[in-house]
Amino acid sequence: MAFDSFTAFILMDGHGPYVWVCYGVFVVLIAGMMLWSWRRHRAVLQACRRVHETTDESGRGSAQPAPATFTRVKVSQD
Amino acid sequence: MWQIFHKLGSPKWFFGIATRLMPWLLAGALALLAVGLVWGLAFAPKDYLQGNSYRIIFIHVPSAFLAQSVYIMMATAGVVTLVWRMKLADVFVKAVAPVGLVLTFLALFTGAVWGKPTWGTWWIWDARLTSMLILLFLYGGAIALDRAINDEKSAARAVAVLVLVGVVNIPIIKYSVEWWNTLHQPATFKLTEKPSMPAEMWVPLLLSVLGLYLLFGWLACLRMQTEILAREQRTRWVKEHVLARRAG
Repeated sequence: MAFDSFTAFILMDGHGPYVWVCYGVFVVLIAGMMLWSWRRHRAVLQACRRVHETTDESGRGSAQPAPATFTRVKVSQD
Repeated sequence: MWQIFHKLGSPKWFFGIATRLMPWLLAGALALLAVGLVWGLAFAPKDYLQGNSYRIIFIHVPSAFLAQSVYIMMATAGVVTLVWRMKLADVFVKAVAPVGLVLTFLALFTGAVWGKPTWGTWWIWDARLTSMLILLFLYGGAIALDRAINDEKSAARAVAVLVLVGVVNIPIIKYSVEWWNTLHQPATFKLTEKPSMPAEMWVPLLLSVLGLYLLFGWLACLRMQTEILAREQRTRWVKEHVLARRAG
């Protein structure tokens, strides 16, 4: 250990605030980046799952746009 | 040769490799960073000139090193995008740009906080600091440009061109401390010379640099996988992948 006591380690001869702020920001940003990337990955994975679960049974399913436009046009012309 | 090249370009193939690599990358990164940073913070000797404030070096140098390294990787991927139109290269650029932005910010921030007790100022418009700030804007520009263009292929080409033009900034950052009189100290590590600091200082520094490299590897794999899933949503292999994971 390069320091005599724990207090000396925290104070670092007056340079403590500078050193600790840097390490704090580093840990927060890196951990934040990891967490953000991980959560986005989960969200995209779940979105994919939803798409395929709805299409799973019929083979084509609801993921394909339904021919509703045509029907609607026909009704409005009546 | 061409077969390997094609394989490397296949998102499905990359997805599988990344899944296998990621636990190792993460474990290695966390172990190296923990050892390097604790060693640097508590056990490395005090600097005879700068006192304890120099301990910021153990995060400042890895961040700055990676920030430039990631940019060079992005530029290389940019060439691949423009010449061979390889999808995976574009996925890489898009996935790592925000990581590069954060690393550049960290290098600038820790540098500013280190500068206060060492130089007596948070910021000075000197060559090294200014060129690093330009790197931050280049990362920001690449991200903004990508978001501004809706068409995926046009966005990929535009971002690749921007990143390639910006590569001119990298040698400026590297040699700024030699070409101009700056407050910034010269490079800590050189490939051709022994480090000027004692082993108790440069070994933990090297460990932190390697640790952050591995962590970047993990982040890149994860973020590329996310991008691949989003782009290839409708393909059969993604369907099989997501449904298999649900069952398992």
